[in-house]
Amino acid sequence: MFKAKFKEAVICFKAGRVTLPYPFQPSEVPPKFRGRIEFDARKCIGCGGCARVCPPRCIVIEDIGELARITFHLDRCIQCARCYEVCPEKAIWPTDKFETATTDKSDLKSEMLIWMSSCQRCGRCFETDNAIDKFRTVRWRGRGPGEESKHGIYPAGPPIELAKPEPLVREEAA
Amino acid sequence: MIQELCRKMFKKSLWLFHTNCGACNGCDIEVIDVLTPYYDVERFGMKLVGSPRHADALVVSGAVSRQVAPALRRLYEATPDPKVVIAVGTCAVGGNIWFDTYNVLGGADTVVPVDVYIPGCPPRPEAIIYGAALALGIVPKKIEPQKQQHLPPGFDLESYLEKERVRVTA
Repeated sequence: MFKAKFKEAVICFKAGRVTLPYPFQPSEVPPKFRGRIEFDARKCIGCGGCARVCPPRCIVIEDIGELARITFHLDRCIQCARCYEVCPEKAIWPTDKFETATTDKSDLKSEMLIWMSSCQRCGRCFETDNAIDKFRTVRWRGRGPGEESKHGIYPAGPPIELAKPEPLVREEAA
Repeated sequence: MIQELCRKMFKKSLWLFHTNCGACNGCDIEVIDVLTPYYDVERFGMKLVGSPRHADALVVSGAVSRQVAPALRRLYEATPDPKVVIAVGTCAVGGNIWFDTYNVLGGADTVVPVDVYIPGCPPRPEAIIYGAALALGIVPKKIEPQKQQHLPPGFDLESYLEKERVRVTA
């Protein structure tokens, strides 16, 4: 019996101290940790893809005339980062912030207000002005900025470098 | 006010009573993880107790289902004053993906007054320790609501919203 107790004591001493120094030192998060969601209103084009894939429907888009109000109910966000995967502009991303405890529930509700431009042909909103700038400068349709195409003349924008399209997440996984 | 009260009343140790109100067991495992040697919160005097009558804090996890709501109410009434209610996990905070389901009330604050919300699905053990410290008033809260807008320069938001309100309601 004493032998067994002795063995147990050896095992316990061999393990050493395992307690993490968290409350006294900041904790490192593992790579690819998904924490509180953050977003950038300058990048958002208002396509609504994030609201479409969000499982708890914590992203809600309301149209107020030519404005779009995007509300993030982070009190029911499950941090799945599907909004990040689907966002074409990467305007929303998970951060490594995990110390999100709060005494006030209204801290968990974020809001974004963006201006949507309306189509000259049908009068409905489609994208924000920053996406239109991209449409003018990136040679997506027509021959290029300042040149004549079958759709008319595009005003010349500042010369920019064309960004390489990022590979899809699905291709990375494969 | 509650934090001031906590600072006075809970100087020594916080005894927790953990209740599962329809959680998937993920948050429960994280709460138990806090008590393991890795995150040893018993060195701060926190421990799980078996009865709400011995407890200072009620740890609620899970979106409160309709069947468990009266039991949660009874637990809250059985806990002696002063007490703290800690909602652990996104389910207990806002209902998670069941926020508008017919058989779920969607959050612990629909039944009992919640003092500290710890979102996360599940929250990290560190986040639970931080939330407990926040309940005791030891640390300040670190988050605030984000409000961003991207509008054309010189855009009068107030008058535009008023115009749209008139247009929609007319």
